[in-house]
Amino acid sequence: MTDASSRPRAVFYFGTCLVDLFYPEAGLSGIRLLQREGVRVVFPRGQSCCGQPAYNSGYAGEAREVARAQLRRFPGEEPVVVPSGSCAGMIRRHYPDLFAGDPDETAARAFANRVVELTEFLVGVLGVRLADRGAPVRVAWHSSCHALRECGVDRQPLELLAQLSGVTVAPLARDKECCGFGGTFAVRHPGISGAMADDKAAAVEESGAGVLLSGDAGCLMNVGGRLAARGSRIVPRHVAEFLWERTRER
Amino acid sequence: MSAEPRPADFRRASTAALADGPLRANFRRAMDGLMAKRAARFADPVEWRDLRALGAAIRARTLARLPEHLVRLEARCRENGISVRWAETTEEANAIVLEILRRHGATRVVKGKSMVSEEMHLNDFLERHGIESLESDLGEYIIQLDGETPSHIIMPAIHKNRGQIAKLFGRKIRDAVYTEDVDALTAIARRVLRRKFFEADAGISGVNFAVAETGTLCLVENEGNGRMSTHVPPVHIALMGVEKVVPRLEDVPPLYSLLTRSATAQPITTYFNMIGGPRGPGEKDGPREVHLVILDNGRSRMHADRALQATLRCIRCGACMNHCPVYTRIGGHAYEAVYPGPIGQLVTPQTEGVDRRADLLEASSLCGACGEVCPVGIPIPELIVRLRTEAAAPGGASAVLGRGGARHRVESLAWRVWSTVLSRPRLYRAAALAATRLGRLVPAGFPPLSAWTRFRSAPRPARRSLHELADDERIPDA
Repeated sequence: MTDASSRPRAVFYFGTCLVDLFYPEAGLSGIRLLQREGVRVVFPRGQSCCGQPAYNSGYAGEAREVARAQLRRFPGEEPVVVPSGSCAGMIRRHYPDLFAGDPDETAARAFANRVVELTEFLVGVLGVRLADRGAPVRVAWHSSCHALRECGVDRQPLELLAQLSGVTVAPLARDKECCGFGGTFAVRHPGISGAMADDKAAAVEESGAGVLLSGDAGCLMNVGGRLAARGSRIVPRHVAEFLWERTRER
Repeated sequence: MSAEPRPADFRRASTAALADGPLRANFRRAMDGLMAKRAARFADPVEWRDLRALGAAIRARTLARLPEHLVRLEARCRENGISVRWAETTEEANAIVLEILRRHGATRVVKGKSMVSEEMHLNDFLERHGIESLESDLGEYIIQLDGETPSHIIMPAIHKNRGQIAKLFGRKIRDAVYTEDVDALTAIARRVLRRKFFEADAGISGVNFAVAETGTLCLVENEGNGRMSTHVPPVHIALMGVEKVVPRLEDVPPLYSLLTRSATAQPITTYFNMIGGPRGPGEKDGPREVHLVILDNGRSRMHADRALQATLRCIRCGACMNHCPVYTRIGGHAYEAVYPGPIGQLVTPQTEGVDRRADLLEASSLCGACGEVCPVGIPIPELIVRLRTEAAAPGGASAVLGRGGARHRVESLAWRVWSTVLSRPRLYRAAALAATRLGRLVPAGFPPLSAWTRFRSAPRPARRSLHELADDERIPDA
């Protein structure tokens, strides 16, 4: 696992805009999970968004100004933990290009190198051991495409779930296929995106899971929204919130 | 020439495709099968990683000195007795083909599969000039019978199921008994085509790899129709895009292996033709003339941009389509372009203009599945974003056709406001406070929200933001 010397004493937390506004409990749960491991968590106020929506829409200049504002909020060298594979991927993979030739290029590259996705950090850096306190439940795990393909986060969330004795992870048909969110894609091509979301929601229903887990708020909002529209009672949960709720001491 | 064709309408076509249940079932079934077979064929991740890195390196280093390799290819081909002609546009390429055919008084042509000929709309062009041009690849033959274009670059008739093909044959082929037996259907097509190979005045084919050091044209196929088309008729015309050149013979095996395994999950195809020139003195078979037509059609423009140049690495395997969640749901015709799917989303806007085909650029969730399976490492999602940026650019020059032409005034203003709010901490916190207290980000009925709620329940902001929870819980600030 990890030895004590490589464990950072403090981290920064980049909550992301969707978590800040739509899933704040998930964000706070992520902070709690880190704090429980003895890590001091700093949440810089005024942080907002990684800039991905504008970047992916072709508005790099607008994205860069939002990204630049984040660089200013995260001084120092501590790791920056992000409860989203998509936002972590944006920063890690795309900030170097976004800031190519910009006076902040060096700062952007340094920032990119500090970013770690939450489950990746819990497993790979902290080596957490979880004790389950919840009732038995069957869950479906949906990995976001960017966690999978931009951050290489695939086994880490499943390793965390495997530590929970009461949790069964149901196999999901076409588990690595996109749920159709894709940021603005969902509203630019609602028909195609809706068809993808519908297939994903149907697969989740067929899995027999009672809870849908993901590490990305965008996917949760999309598949959860589709599940609700289908009249499903499956609960969408961010993995951070689920892990914290099941393992916290009451 | 013909009238200006109806402008492509991806939105309409994709909406129609989504509503076509049998079509979606055909694609879903076929793509699921192809993905599973490919995964099994690249079961060793280390071998895949290394081979792909080699393939990407060969293609990238070829493109880095493309003109040099093309000049060498031309010289070697000429030494081998292959005549070489250059075409900047598809019109020029069509005119060259017609001129060669007319010189021989050709009225009947058989064709092997060629996506470049699709770019040229060659069959229509030749028909208009009184020349019968018959597709001999089974899939191409099927769609030609039905007056369609390919819906996939490797499996052009993949949108049809067995029953649909059986009905088509029964309707269009004289003396064809109705059958849904695949072997029997193949035998019917074979009977028709076999005769045509011997009657044809000329054969036309594509090229998979053109080897510069030897002047050899490599053709990958499974049905033997490629060999028949290029070997039996007295004249062979090969069509290739400028990017198809490879410097050395030893570059071919890794690319060939990547191609067949990525495309159909075959370790090797049934036929691999290496065409070295026309029939030599004393030889008993082979064409008397071999012509090579090398087409640009916008490729030089792609080549001029360092990042977009990667578009030309493509070896036309179709894996990006097979793995695309959008393509799987709408099929190839909905793109209203010669090249569908993710690679088409790069090629078409660069060929026709990012302004005219901005709709194609938007039709990606950027999930990354295409880039993950691309055997030559084309960063397709990144390049889609790059082209979106070109389409929305406020001005300035670039090699990209139609740059800035899709910039939308209201949208660019919206992104400016978004950027202003989210890059100013106090403004962001004020906006977040308003959103959480009002329970919404935008007014109901606002177009992005109404597009969202067509299929999903509306998202509602939390009552208190993470910022506020962090304040409550005394989480330290920076």
